[in-house]
Amino acid sequence: MAPEPPLLSMSGITKSFPGVRALDGVDLDVQAGEVHCLLGQNGAGKSTLIKVLAGAHQPDTGTIHWRGEPVTLRSPIAAMRLGIATIYQELDLVEHLSVAENVHLGHEPTAAGFVVRRRTAKESTAHLLKRLGHPEIDPGRLVGELSAAQQQIVSMARALSHDVRLIVMDEPSAALDPDEVDNLFRIVGDLTADGVAVVYISHRLEEIRRIGDRVTVLKDGRAVAGGLPAKSTPTRDVVALMTGRNVEYVFPERPAAPGQGEQPLLHVRGLARDGEFEPFDLTVRPGEIVGLAGLVGSGRSEILETIYGARKPSAGQVVVAGRPLKPGSVRAAVRAGLGLAPEERKAQALLMLESVTRNVSISSMSRFAKAGWIDRGAELGAARAATRELSLRPDNPSVPIRTLSGGNQQKAVLARWLLRGCRVLLLDEPTRGVDVGARAELYAVVRRLADEGLAVLLVSSEVPEVLGLADRVLVLREGRVVHTAPAQELDEHRVLDLVMEGSPAS
Amino acid sequence: MTQPVSPPRGSADKVRPAAEAPAWRGLMARADVRTLSLLGVLAALIVIGGITKPDEFLDTRNLQLVLTQASVIGVVTVGMTFVITSGGIDLSVGAIVALASVWATTVATQEYGFGGILFTSVLVGLGCGLVNGLLIAYGGMVPFIATLAMLASARGLALQITDGRTQIVTVDGVLDLGERDAYVLGVPPLVLVFAVVTIIGWLLLNRTTFGRRTVAVGGNAEAARLAGIDVRRQRLYLYLLSGLCCGIAAFLLIILSGSGQNTNGNLYELDAIAAAIIGGTLLSGGRGTIVGSVLGVLIFTTITNIFALNNLQSDVQQIAKGAIIVAAVLVQRRTASTT
Ligand SMILES: Nc1ncnc2c1ncn2[C@@H]1O[C@H](COP(=O)(O)OP(=O)(O)OP(=O)(O)O)[C@@H](O)[C@H]1O
Ligand SMILES: [Mg+2]
Repeated sequence: MAPEPPLLSMSGITKSFPGVRALDGVDLDVQAGEVHCLLGQNGAGKSTLIKVLAGAHQPDTGTIHWRGEPVTLRSPIAAMRLGIATIYQELDLVEHLSVAENVHLGHEPTAAGFVVRRRTAKESTAHLLKRLGHPEIDPGRLVGELSAAQQQIVSMARALSHDVRLIVMDEPSAALDPDEVDNLFRIVGDLTADGVAVVYISHRLEEIRRIGDRVTVLKDGRAVAGGLPAKSTPTRDVVALMTGRNVEYVFPERPAAPGQGEQPLLHVRGLARDGEFEPFDLTVRPGEIVGLAGLVGSGRSEILETIYGARKPSAGQVVVAGRPLKPGSVRAAVRAGLGLAPEERKAQALLMLESVTRNVSISSMSRFAKAGWIDRGAELGAARAATRELSLRPDNPSVPIRTLSGGNQQKAVLARWLLRGCRVLLLDEPTRGVDVGARAELYAVVRRLADEGLAVLLVSSEVPEVLGLADRVLVLREGRVVHTAPAQELDEHRVLDLVMEGSPAS
Repeated sequence: MTQPVSPPRGSADKVRPAAEAPAWRGLMARADVRTLSLLGVLAALIVIGGITKPDEFLDTRNLQLVLTQASVIGVVTVGMTFVITSGGIDLSVGAIVALASVWATTVATQEYGFGGILFTSVLVGLGCGLVNGLLIAYGGMVPFIATLAMLASARGLALQITDGRTQIVTVDGVLDLGERDAYVLGVPPLVLVFAVVTIIGWLLLNRTTFGRRTVAVGGNAEAARLAGIDVRRQRLYLYLLSGLCCGIAAFLLIILSGSGQNTNGNLYELDAIAAAIIGGTLLSGGRGTIVGSVLGVLIFTTITNIFALNNLQSDVQQIAKGAIIVAAVLVQRRTASTT
């Protein structure tokens, strides 16, 4: 295409892990100044490919050319020296260090070679944050105190603190609000205008249309298409390439009036937590899916966690099937039949050193145990059945969960509650990081569970998801429920208006 | 907006039997590498012992002595392994052994005979474990601090009880078990107790819900809590378990030495932690191995024995132990990163 050599050209990259060939001869070309999107299902190898590019994994075979020269990326530092910066899927900031310390970690500005010049570090950090559209983040604050979206910005600042020519972003938008996503795209635009190349990974196809120049599609560790035009390739084709089949990206049909005439399974009365959300009421009947829409920080996760007993309410009550729950007790909630798929799966849900089986069975161990003695055959069988139901890959629950791709880890969390057979399912961002095909499957599973009589409470930053899946929607703004309506009566614009303005203007 | 959807099924459903076997074998291999390397070290030590002191070291009496000495610290290490696996630490084990051994050998206790001594040892161990557990699980204290405080107080109390004197045991039943040629079911009684504790510990950690919860709490306490596990109660049980092991160890020590002393169990905490770590239990929690811990104990005890037979000073011994800890951890890091 272009006469000069591409900025980056990877060819024939393979990478195997014990039992899995994650990459199987992948080629990738990136030109300076372009946004090159990587698409692929969960486990296709996207994260592995960019870890090779970042010097975090060594490829088994294959060559990498950087501005026409062959290079070996032996370590993350080597990649950074060349000007390749990476923002990983799982944020990798040090929570106990300040924003400025995180941004300059490993390349602190120093005087006399070892005294850290903290003022300089702070000033340059403040400058970077301003450039990223977030001057309100104080460089002196601890990263642990920031919201997920703000942490994302800090990661980005860290990437930009180097002299970069290529930035890799692995699902950067997953934790962001529509507003934040706009801001992210503005930053991407600025970067490419300066000639910086961006490799962008996302499961949201509409984003790729908006900012992408070219697309490379991975499937089962192979590049099935390289450098397609991002704007003009039909969605149908892209999805077919990714999945190898035709997926209608649609929501399951709603029953006409789910749970009508039945007693609510979940009844929340005047529940509140000081400083987080104001008193609100909520009922979910068996068979019903209720959605909570709102911006990040509007108190949605806090609400779910309070219902679940993981946080103690300052007022109000949670009633399950007519029985009030002991406030602030997860065990009481689980015993009453509640299940939570939390927002931060790595921190709140997974035992990273353990197998998939053990992660799935953790909440139902007593079912497989007599007098504390676990029947491991029964446990494995049940875990396998639950993970198959969700098409989790690889189809072998004995592997360690840390070897699964992000979306498949999410499925393992859902499998946990599928196995437990809970009555009320609380889903916090259930499709974060889940690919198109698997999403449709997840939606179908959630609807089927509801049809079987579960009550489902769903939180999602993706408004179409809430509207498409839920029967009824509660719109939240700054910890207050500002609107409740059947999902059919709302559309995306109206919800966004409500979420931003809070005034039910019609 | 809503359309019927047939949940797409496809590639993901394809069963890949090929993937199953290697992954499973990979896990086995990893466990084996660690265990085998520990067995290798142990074998090497036995060879060294056999070469330097062929007559003394390989004598049945001596090997029996090694096992008997390993039993006391071994029982403590089994309890410690559980605590470390759960992400905690118990610095008070040595002090609890001391306190239990002197409390169980006071003149007043000895009046109640064999049962009195056994019962008191176990009860004192459990009592100390209970205090540790309550402070940590429900008082929110850091394990390091809580058990450090217990270390200091239990040692102090032990000194107060004995006033620094050795309390000789006069109960025949106990003294008989300590005889050189006492055997129960063909094995020295202490070794039998150690074996039983090891087997129970292994089953508890690997085959029961208790073990699973221990690993879950150590691996990710918040995730365990949100999965419905009572993390605090589990922590309480774990320190109780460690205390119980200390009580049993104290009883074994009484049998072995025919006495109770406030200096008993000196530095057991270090030996037990070191044995667990070189065995492969993660100090940060989330993974523990009883087999590894037992091998760790045997390695340390064998070293001590070889050094004693060769008349080497205990300072040289300590240096060698330190070197072995470092070597073991380095080897493990390598095997962990290459698999
Ligand atoms: N450290 C590892 N050990 C073993 N297998 C691994 C490891 N890392 C990744 N894999 C496997 O490699 C494959 C590719 O994973 P990768 O994380 O690259 O997928 P991905 O395309 O980023 O998926 P997602 O969209 O879910 O993030 C998966 O089958 C995964 O299970
Ligand atoms: Mg990924």
